[in-house]
Amino acid sequence: MSHHIVEFKDVFFRYPDGTQALRGINFRITHGESVGVVGANGAGKSTLLQHMNGYLMPASGTVTIGDLLLTKKTRQEIRRKVGIVFQNPDDQLFMPTVFDDVAFGPLNLGMDEASVRERVCKALTMVNSLALQDKPPHHLSCGQKSAVAIAAVMAMEPDILAMDEPAANLDPKSRRSLITLLKTFKHSKIIASHDLDLILDVCGRCIVIGDGVVVADGPSAEILSDRALLEENSLELPLSLQRR
Amino acid sequence: MTFDEKYFDIGRLDRLSYGETFMHRLDPRAKVIGTMLFLLTVISFPKYEIAALVPFLLYPALLVAVGEIPVRFIVKKMIVVSPFAIFIGIFNPILDTRTAAVIYGVSVSAGWVSFLSILMKFALTISAALLLIATTSFSGVCHALRRLGVPALFVSQLLFLYRYLFVLMEETMRIIRAREMRSFGKRGTGLRVFARLIGILFLRTVDRAERVYYAMLSRGFQGDMPSLKRSRMVLPDLAFLSVMIASLWVFRFFPVTDGIGRIAQGLLR
Amino acid sequence: MHMADALLSPVVGTTLWAGTAAVSGYASRKLKREIDDRTIPLMGVLGAFIFAAQMVNFTIPGTGSSGHLGGGMTLAILLGPHAAFLVMASVLTVQALFFADGGLLALGCNIWNLGVYPCYLVYPFIYRPLVGGSKKPGRILFASVASVVLALQLGAFSVVMETLLSGKSELPFGAFVLMMQPIHLAIGIVEGFVTAGVINYVRSARPEILESLAVSRPMGADVSLKKVMMTFAVLAVITGGALSWFASTHPDGLEWSIEKITGKAELPEQEHGIAPALKTIQEKTAFLPDYNFRMGTDFKSVPKKEEAAPSWPGIDAGTSTAGIIGAAIVLGMIMLIGMGIRFFRRRESR
Repeated sequence: MSHHIVEFKDVFFRYPDGTQALRGINFRITHGESVGVVGANGAGKSTLLQHMNGYLMPASGTVTIGDLLLTKKTRQEIRRKVGIVFQNPDDQLFMPTVFDDVAFGPLNLGMDEASVRERVCKALTMVNSLALQDKPPHHLSCGQKSAVAIAAVMAMEPDILAMDEPAANLDPKSRRSLITLLKTFKHSKIIASHDLDLILDVCGRCIVIGDGVVVADGPSAEILSDRALLEENSLELPLSLQRR
Repeated sequence: MTFDEKYFDIGRLDRLSYGETFMHRLDPRAKVIGTMLFLLTVISFPKYEIAALVPFLLYPALLVAVGEIPVRFIVKKMIVVSPFAIFIGIFNPILDTRTAAVIYGVSVSAGWVSFLSILMKFALTISAALLLIATTSFSGVCHALRRLGVPALFVSQLLFLYRYLFVLMEETMRIIRAREMRSFGKRGTGLRVFARLIGILFLRTVDRAERVYYAMLSRGFQGDMPSLKRSRMVLPDLAFLSVMIASLWVFRFFPVTDGIGRIAQGLLR
Repeated sequence: MHMADALLSPVVGTTLWAGTAAVSGYASRKLKREIDDRTIPLMGVLGAFIFAAQMVNFTIPGTGSSGHLGGGMTLAILLGPHAAFLVMASVLTVQALFFADGGLLALGCNIWNLGVYPCYLVYPFIYRPLVGGSKKPGRILFASVASVVLALQLGAFSVVMETLLSGKSELPFGAFVLMMQPIHLAIGIVEGFVTAGVINYVRSARPEILESLAVSRPMGADVSLKKVMMTFAVLAVITGGALSWFASTHPDGLEWSIEKITGKAELPEQEHGIAPALKTIQEKTAFLPDYNFRMGTDFKSVPKKEEAAPSWPGIDAGTSTAGIIGAAIVLGMIMLIGMGIRFFRRRESR
């Protein structure tokens, strides 16, 4: 099924202030894969993610999502396929109630009221947050907000789910719930994170980004137990693999 | 009030507004219209009117009782905003010393009468405003406003403001605490620091707006805020509004207090 | 300072609300056509920012007392008049609802005083000409202080006029003005400095933000002098019409207001002497037709020593004894009702 493929070919990107964030990114993700993206701060993880739904456009090289090549014209269409969940849920939940937030996406897709309600219920149930639907986001805890943010993205039923530091602000219990939840998703998943244990748990494949290029790409079990590789890239072995 | 106090104050009122009583469940449009009519009626009384205003206290009393709003909280908020009205009003007794009446041998000046009238009107109008938000969530009020004809752009504006109000207040609180920890007494709370603080807060706000915009784009935003939920006014709402309008009419145009007083005087014979 | 409901009359209140509503409609229409989508979340979040910023206090140099930011001018400079007006209006609305600062009817007046003047009058006609295209901090400081001071003076003066025309306060024009204007002059100077400080800080820290904001606001802040003057003229006509209607139905009221403005301290009927005093006794007791004699015997309140009682309508139910008794009874009833409801609800929830 070609519409679930994500392909970056020789992607270069430079920020207006001159920072060369991506210097030739190459990888290919196929349907249903779960890929972790790791690397030092400033290595280019977030920049990479922002290319996935066309918020940023490559200076050179191509980004292909499914059958579509990323251009200014196809951006809108691509946004239906790729759902991105950001680090800070407060930036993602901008409507007065949870229901409104989760409905935002489907409404923008032009769906009718009944279908929107159905999607919202489905998405909220998926993250066990249906009871929160009439609450305003600022009454929610961090964990609840993260769950709702995911629901808000899932309500659009994207083919590909991308996440930027999903567990960063979560307490251990919420983090565990998130991991369990992610394991139930059958979509293609791309997760950028410093939480190497989460990546080990959820992602079968792992890409290491260093200085704007792909430094390593392979099964997580291998990559994340390669101490030398990790330390070269300002990382460490996942805590669960570290021996006392 | 200090920043912290104001923050908790708003938070408390906000949480109250999500209650589940009969008052809370009434359609926001009914409550907004009812409140505005109430306010108009109260201020339409002439300058020296006091007794006829008393029955109007029934409205805030009912809201407080049925809505289960803590009385002390509302009264405290009223006191906090009273200075301006009191300050202007207090000139009335000072300047208007004509005697209006002599009661039990004490002569009461017209100035005091009009001042008391101002205070009564103040209590009624401020409590009505506070109780509106205490029994209706802010987003409810906004949706009511939109249904009543306020431009959609402005309503979206209000909703965003509300959404990020608490976030921004928390961020500001962090900055202020940092300022407090590094300034000793009055040094450090001067203008230059303040301007810098505001500047920093502004920049952070702009960055946040950018991220929010990105989130909106990622979920398909194309310029128009989508909306849903058309609630209809049902029987309880219409009943509430009719009772309200009828009562306002009666209390405004019939000297109820006076009548009751006369009956009582008659009975005391 | 914010106008309060208690000092407002329905005529003044609704007139100002009509004016504010009209301007809001205008601003929304203009903005909708001309903005970038990113301005929508920006305006909302900036509204929250202004609200939060207004809660922060700073010490005013020299006095030691604390002051707060208004923000209208800062917003107008950063966002242009239409967006700034809507943001200010939204901030004031939230304040009116959550703090009951002023009141909901007076909100129309407050948005007018604190929104229309800085955004549509002072910003386009004072600030921009003064600044030109200059980026020099000194120029900005001068323009900011001048603009904020003027905007606040206009606002303060409006509060005076609104209070006076409402007729609930005894303050004469002169005294009122003398109180309001100097205070706001001082506040204005301080806020002008802060405004300039913020603008200059932002320019030095992240100049591109000012550029991008400028791009997303309507070209040239196109507020034409002619349109503004016409609007004010229309409003004056409406206000004049409303007031003359008011005058025709309450002749004494308007006369009184005008006298307060011009400084005449006394109403023509106010003369000392027995004749007018007796006249007014009669008028008052006639109001309680069945209780003429009782008034005299039961309450010993024979008003012999009364001076120049006003013949102005209004001193009636508020001070009559029936009124007082009635008030006490009604209050008692209301409290009983309130407590009763509370009591029964508590029992239910057990």
